[in-house]
Amino acid sequence: MSGAGLDSATLFALTGAILIGIGVYGFIVHAHLLRRILAFNVIGSGIFLMFGALGFRGAGNGTDPVPQALIITGIVVALSLTALAVALLVKLAEEEGGATLPEEQPGRGEAE
Amino acid sequence: MTAPLPGAFPALELLIVLPLAASLLAILLGGRLAPRIVLLLGPAMLVVTAVLAFQIQTQGPVRVEIGGWEAPLGIALIGDGLAGVFLVLTAIVMTAVGVFAQKPFGSEGAETTESYTFWPLYFAMWAALNAVFCGGDLFNLYVALELLTLTAVAMVAYGSTRAALRYLLFALAGSLAYLMGIVLLYSATGTLDIELLARQDTIEATRMVSGALMTAGLLAKTALFPLHGWLPPAHGSAPAPASALLSSLVIKASFVIIVRIWFDVMPDVAGTVFVQLLSILGAGAVLYGSLLALRQTRLKMIIAYSTVAQLGYLFFIFPLAGGAAAETPWAAGAWSGGMFHALAHGLAKAAMFLAAGLVIEALGHDRIDDIKGIARALPLTMFAFGLAAVSLMGLPPSGGFLAKYLMLTAALADGQIGLALVMLAGGLLAAAYLFRPVNRALAGDYVPEVAVVTYWRQLIPLGLALLSVALGIISEPPYDLLQVGRSKVAVEGIDD
Amino acid sequence: MTAALLFDAGLCLLVLVVAFSAVAGRGLFGAIAFFIIYGMLIALAWLRLEGVDVALAEAAIGAGLTGMLLIGAWSMLKQLGVSGLPGGPSVPLRIAAGAVSGLVALALAATVLALPDGREGLSPAVAESLGRSGVDNPVTAVLLNFRAYDTLLESVVLLIALIAVWSLTPRAVWGGVPGLAQHARSDGVLSMFGRLLPPLGLVVAIYLVWAGSSQPGGAFQAGTVLAAVWLLVVMAGLYDEPPASSRNLRLALVAGPGVFLAVGAVGAAFGVFMGIPEGFAKPLILSIEFALTVSIAVTLALLVAGRPRRPA
Repeated sequence: MSGAGLDSATLFALTGAILIGIGVYGFIVHAHLLRRILAFNVIGSGIFLMFGALGFRGAGNGTDPVPQALIITGIVVALSLTALAVALLVKLAEEEGGATLPEEQPGRGEAE
Repeated sequence: MTAPLPGAFPALELLIVLPLAASLLAILLGGRLAPRIVLLLGPAMLVVTAVLAFQIQTQGPVRVEIGGWEAPLGIALIGDGLAGVFLVLTAIVMTAVGVFAQKPFGSEGAETTESYTFWPLYFAMWAALNAVFCGGDLFNLYVALELLTLTAVAMVAYGSTRAALRYLLFALAGSLAYLMGIVLLYSATGTLDIELLARQDTIEATRMVSGALMTAGLLAKTALFPLHGWLPPAHGSAPAPASALLSSLVIKASFVIIVRIWFDVMPDVAGTVFVQLLSILGAGAVLYGSLLALRQTRLKMIIAYSTVAQLGYLFFIFPLAGGAAAETPWAAGAWSGGMFHALAHGLAKAAMFLAAGLVIEALGHDRIDDIKGIARALPLTMFAFGLAAVSLMGLPPSGGFLAKYLMLTAALADGQIGLALVMLAGGLLAAAYLFRPVNRALAGDYVPEVAVVTYWRQLIPLGLALLSVALGIISEPPYDLLQVGRSKVAVEGIDD
Repeated sequence: MTAALLFDAGLCLLVLVVAFSAVAGRGLFGAIAFFIIYGMLIALAWLRLEGVDVALAEAAIGAGLTGMLLIGAWSMLKQLGVSGLPGGPSVPLRIAAGAVSGLVALALAATVLALPDGREGLSPAVAESLGRSGVDNPVTAVLLNFRAYDTLLESVVLLIALIAVWSLTPRAVWGGVPGLAQHARSDGVLSMFGRLLPPLGLVVAIYLVWAGSSQPGGAFQAGTVLAAVWLLVVMAGLYDEPPASSRNLRLALVAGPGVFLAVGAVGAAFGVFMGIPEGFAKPLILSIEFALTVSIAVTLALLVAGRPRRPA
């Protein structure tokens, strides 16, 4: 099978746009923080896919290496933040026995 | 644009290299020695930023092409006046807080979680702040901002897991929006370099969408009303030295990127609606943050809500730059006023949080109702708090006064009466919410029993508060520095 | 419609269905399982876009390690009894969320379609300078030379994330061993794998770094392979994690960013921050990459293991 064509690249870029939408949906509907963290990762990979596909569409001859390098950096950064978010979530569950952040009353956000 | 001569002192580079090296060294050395690194790094950074300020003032803006690769292939560091003043502010506040934190985050006996982990986070935060203030590449700014977020969230987590998680979620959402904006901008222009982007002509719609996404993301990180919900619990519950860094410096980092985007990269696409929106949100922040500050019962929460309010003023530079305001005696008066406000607030807020930290160390709490007479036990600390309050309220001759005076003059010259009224109301409200704790601290006629707080540590908030006031008296050097390489849009205005 | 386009359309559809299952599925564990499959499919999409380096990174880090982090969190939350919430989201909330996310997707799609074709990006600029970069793989050239400053900061981001996770350690177990104790029978299948894989993993990792200069691969991919092997060895109960107070461990953590920063600083002393002289470019870049691989492997493995939980 030959490499992806320009039409395919557009297809992948549009898929990226829809993935971002799916991630936003997950972020809004779920209160459970692990599901929100997962949704963030879907949004991130959607952005990356769009970035790469647009670079492909532009370069026409393989994907622009600069977006590829930026995406690899972005993937590592996303993992770093996910790791901290997960660790904080586990600690919250240990401390408070919950995995959500119910809305606080403004002005009463006393954390102790 | 003058590049530094070969062999010129690499001040800008050192501002990145030194704190990064300190962070790695802290991880290696462990919690017993790591706190002492500050005692070397602090003075070194003060000297290097002073040299940089001198370079910028005498030779004009500095631009460093990293690795010798020119943009758009490589990444550049920008050393203009805007970067210069924030780098100096960072060096001052970071050094002060680092010396202050020797006690709460030092270790006399065995290494602890706090004494080990705080220092790598602190030095990495310093590196990240510097990287943001002089960053010239939008994607590199993203990486630096994420480093900053990691360190800031971890510092909040010392105080409250819940507040840290809330902060992280806001910051993550903000990062993704910012990243999306970058992706669109690169796809349309093929570059991420701020100076090159400023010269690019692409489809206006793409730039508008990407500018809006980047700004929305950065506003969440700056905590501009109504995206401020995470800030008070985070800044209010973090340990005092961390709160000082967060309120004084961290939120300014994303603000400076917003300024670079709209004053350097794409001033032409902003439009009146966008500029008005920012000024309405800013006014909302001033009023809402101040009113909530009045309702708080803990000293640190008052200071945190005051940050929400004071942030609002920064966004008045968008409607006030240019217009009839250009006819006031100061070139770019409103823009410079906004930046002065950021500097004065940075110094005053760091002083206040450190003072509150000493009150907590002395009393074990910071409930306003129960701090009666603390001013007699910690006179220097409360004097520092009072001086910082003078600057925050905008009373002469403080730095806060000069900042508000410049912005107010611009607003009146431009006929923006609404904004002028909001600024005046904000000053009165600040007086009201700061009067309460000061009044309680002075109340009674006895000296309350408190834990021992060493004399020299009380001098740190005092020094910061004095600097915040002095900024209004010795205002010329920072003002002149700020003008070097200033965007011409700062004079002409965004929406003209 | 060509066969290639048809394949790509099918792949896109599959990606979307699996992503939706990961986001909207009922159970938490099922959602995570779908997320890992989703990561693999995204890697496949990257192969179609001829981005093999990114495909490796997505599969190893995006799907593999992120998936392990999520599963680890799930099992902890399950023990605490908070791995799910009673009842799903309400219908009005779903409708509102659907409308918002639909609008987001539509707006982005419209922006994508409005971008003109035929923009070359930086491909030509990279190709032109590739000969002076010391490596033949353009992605490695960007990561380790043209935009080395990004990669330096990124390696610090990863390291600081670990310190941030460690900062959550209760005082009583500071300096202790990460994660929970693993018990495995020494004759189990996992144990056999645990013995066989380390030498194999090491060879693959060294190859990935070496090959990364001319073919897809590099420090981050190689580090992930090593980290995965180590995690398996620990799971098999053959070795335990090192305590966070270990001096050697701390040295391994900072080695990569340290070497990288040192090269950058020496450059600055000679007038070009992060400058890599053309004559020494290849050995210099390979040295940085090998040091980075070690640090990345250790950091990633410890990130997945979580904060110290047991006394040393």
